[in-house]
Amino acid sequence: MEENKVKIRKFLSRFFKKHELGDDEDIFALGFVNSLFAMQLIMFLEKEFELAVDPQDMDFANFKTINLLASFVEKKTVKV
Amino acid sequence: MKQKKLKLVIWDLDNTIWNGVILEDDSVVLQEGILDIIRELDSRGILQSISSKNDHAAAFAKLEELGIAEYFLYPRINWNSKSSSVKGIVEDINIGMDTVAFIDDQPFEREEVQSVLPEVLCIDAADIAGLLDREEFMPLFITEDSKNRRHMYMSDAKRKSAEEEYEGPQEEFLASLDMKLTISPVTEDDLQRAEELTVRTHQLNSTGVTYSYEELNELRHSPDHTLIIAELEDIYGKYGKIGLVLLECGETEWKIKLLLMSCRVMSRGVGSVLIAYIIKLAKEKGVYLTADFVQTDRNRMMHITYKFAGFKEIEHNGNHIVFGHDLSFNQAFPTYMKVEVQQ
Repeated sequence: MEENKVKIRKFLSRFFKKHELGDDEDIFALGFVNSLFAMQLIMFLEKEFELAVDPQDMDFANFKTINLLASFVEKKTVKV
Repeated sequence: MKQKKLKLVIWDLDNTIWNGVILEDDSVVLQEGILDIIRELDSRGILQSISSKNDHAAAFAKLEELGIAEYFLYPRINWNSKSSSVKGIVEDINIGMDTVAFIDDQPFEREEVQSVLPEVLCIDAADIAGLLDREEFMPLFITEDSKNRRHMYMSDAKRKSAEEEYEGPQEEFLASLDMKLTISPVTEDDLQRAEELTVRTHQLNSTGVTYSYEELNELRHSPDHTLIIAELEDIYGKYGKIGLVLLECGETEWKIKLLLMSCRVMSRGVGSVLIAYIIKLAKEKGVYLTADFVQTDRNRMMHITYKFAGFKEIEHNGNHIVFGHDLSFNQAFPTYMKVEVQQ
């Protein structure tokens, strides 16, 4: 989990340069999140963690903060 | 299956555009009638490129000498397989493989392209005489935007290389473009382009529903509908009219029946801006906002755009989704783009 958070924070820092993101900070409240960012975020999640983001996963709530992103990744990558 | 209207023709050079093999004999001349075809396709708004196994410098110099180099976007003159060249060109231009024709005199090359890219229409260079009369080479209409299409894609190529060379963050690059988006009601002059957009646009299209000139004209006058067109320009020039929104405006609910954008403005954030604009309008009116969405294998980007703009699925029937937005949340317009609203 911690390891994933580091990866996620590193990815996000490319977009929120001047700001040190807190684990529970709402990234959508920080400014304009365009579809461009959204697509890159989803591609990043899929590639980095080898998971598939399904249409029903594309809920705002899954991507709001670093903590939520990390638990989303965990939920999606749990081995059955 | 009915052949789609073509958007791009990729030409071979030796014994297709000119008569002979340039590395054997430098004195090749254009095949009879070829110049007329190239010019006519260009004026119809059909893009053209080159896939040739050749020495790049020699072949390109010949294209310039013949005065036709400017007609071709992202030419691939190299020793790679033709299918990989075709694929690369199509990716650079960013259109569907099923809207591409490939013309070559060599059966081997046509078969190689066909086997790797079955959606491409492969044509023998010997058969180009009647080319311009073929159904798939006849666009539904030729608008101001289609006549300028090549120039707009040329500007895109310049933007693209500027973007690749830019080392700072993407937002900064976007800011350096000095983009201006103009949002205005569809006027009579826009109707052909609006129809063309509904027909041509597949990736950034929320429903894929096409509308005819007459239908759009009716909707434009309908008191229960709002039809909006968006135009983008930046330091490299005009992108033209690139976005269309159809709103169904009820007493208490507004529905986005259609939201689409030309794929040339992909990665510019136009979709999010248009949605933010609609949310703002709905909020001012105090109505509930919904949106129709039809899922295809091509429009995932639009799905993401809606979801990240705060829309939630309220109905899901097969591939048809209805989104709802409670308007509690809206993004501000991005700082990298000027937005002008004309009434």
